[in-house]
Amino acid sequence: MTKRILKFNIYRYDPDVDRKPYLQDIEVEVDATDRKLLDALVKLKAKDDSIAFRRSCREGVCGSDGMNINGTNGLACLADLSTFPDGKTIVLRPLPGLPVIRDLIVDMTQFFKQYHSIKPYLINNDPLPERERLQSPEEREELNGLYECILCACCSTACPTFWWNPDKFVGPAGLLAAYRFIADTRDQATNERLDNLEDPYRLFRCHTIMNCVEVCPKGLNPTKAIGKIKDMMVRRII
Amino acid sequence: MVNRKLVGAHYGLIDWLVQRITGVVMAVFTVVVGFALSEGVGSSYERWYGFMSSTPMRFISFLCIVSLCWHAWIGVRDTWMDYVQPAGIKLTLHVLTLLSVIGCGGWAVQILWRL
Ligand code: SF4
Ligand code: SF4
Ligand code: FES
Repeated sequence: MTKRILKFNIYRYDPDVDRKPYLQDIEVEVDATDRKLLDALVKLKAKDDSIAFRRSCREGVCGSDGMNINGTNGLACLADLSTFPDGKTIVLRPLPGLPVIRDLIVDMTQFFKQYHSIKPYLINNDPLPERERLQSPEEREELNGLYECILCACCSTACPTFWWNPDKFVGPAGLLAAYRFIADTRDQATNERLDNLEDPYRLFRCHTIMNCVEVCPKGLNPTKAIGKIKDMMVRRII
Repeated sequence: MVNRKLVGAHYGLIDWLVQRITGVVMAVFTVVVGFALSEGVGSSYERWYGFMSSTPMRFISFLCIVSLCWHAWIGVRDTWMDYVQPAGIKLTLHVLTLLSVIGCGGWAVQILWRL
């Protein structure tokens, strides 16, 4: 691939300056070595340094550059430039449903509040073992597909239920994390964790729409985790 | 009053389970009635009357009415829970839904037991 011009349509809003949000059309030239959308954004920023977005690791690990790309949530650093057709405008919006701080940067407070509400850490009151708490390979296997979450919020902000009730519904990311600890054989707070989710809002607002699964840049499946939590709750009462 | 977010009522699981179970009951009822219709019970009033007033049909049509009402109550209330935020309006809608579901249920039972 040689040089290429990319057209962007970007959501802009700086509350200090703008009375309301607007959309900006802007073009940028990228080289053959620019492979990901994030590379193009970095060039854009060099052209117009008022554009604000978050990013850090540039390799899908930190979870900071989640945004709405052509209508679908994703990470700019994982979106391959070659997948965007030539000449077609790339539309960038902040993650939907969260308050915008500036341009593509959203306020993630609510998202992390829900994450913290499920106590995302191992609870085990036994005295610390000399070396480590052991698991069998099968027990460890259950944690695959759960611990890899990078908390980018792509899933929760694609979830209609989270849009309507972000203060009461934990959201797919938080529920995936909840199951990560519920499934952990080293954790001793399984019952408390299930109690905490057994109300009509925190987990059961999920209507299995599966938007979360569709957008997760790490290929995780929060809906499946939610199903397994429901399963455990049912098994607990029968 | 400080507006604290309140969650933690423990009926989420039960309602979810009830919704599945009542769904199954209604599905079974639909299959039974569908089968009977394909066998021609709808061909005359007498046959239809005989079919609906038989003991097994009385049993499952009553179950079906209860299931339908219960299912409808949870489903409609879920919609209010999703979209309506002010607690006062939400409570009013919940009560109205519950009352109309109970009313319809009672009415359906009266019709059925008149047979
Ligand atoms: S499956 Fe549940 S958590 Fe995932 S997007 Fe749908 S409602 Fe949200
Ligand atoms: S589950 Fe996937 S989309 Fe959701 S926060 Fe974790 S990595 Fe992001
Ligand atoms: S920059 Fe870290 S995930 Fe994209």
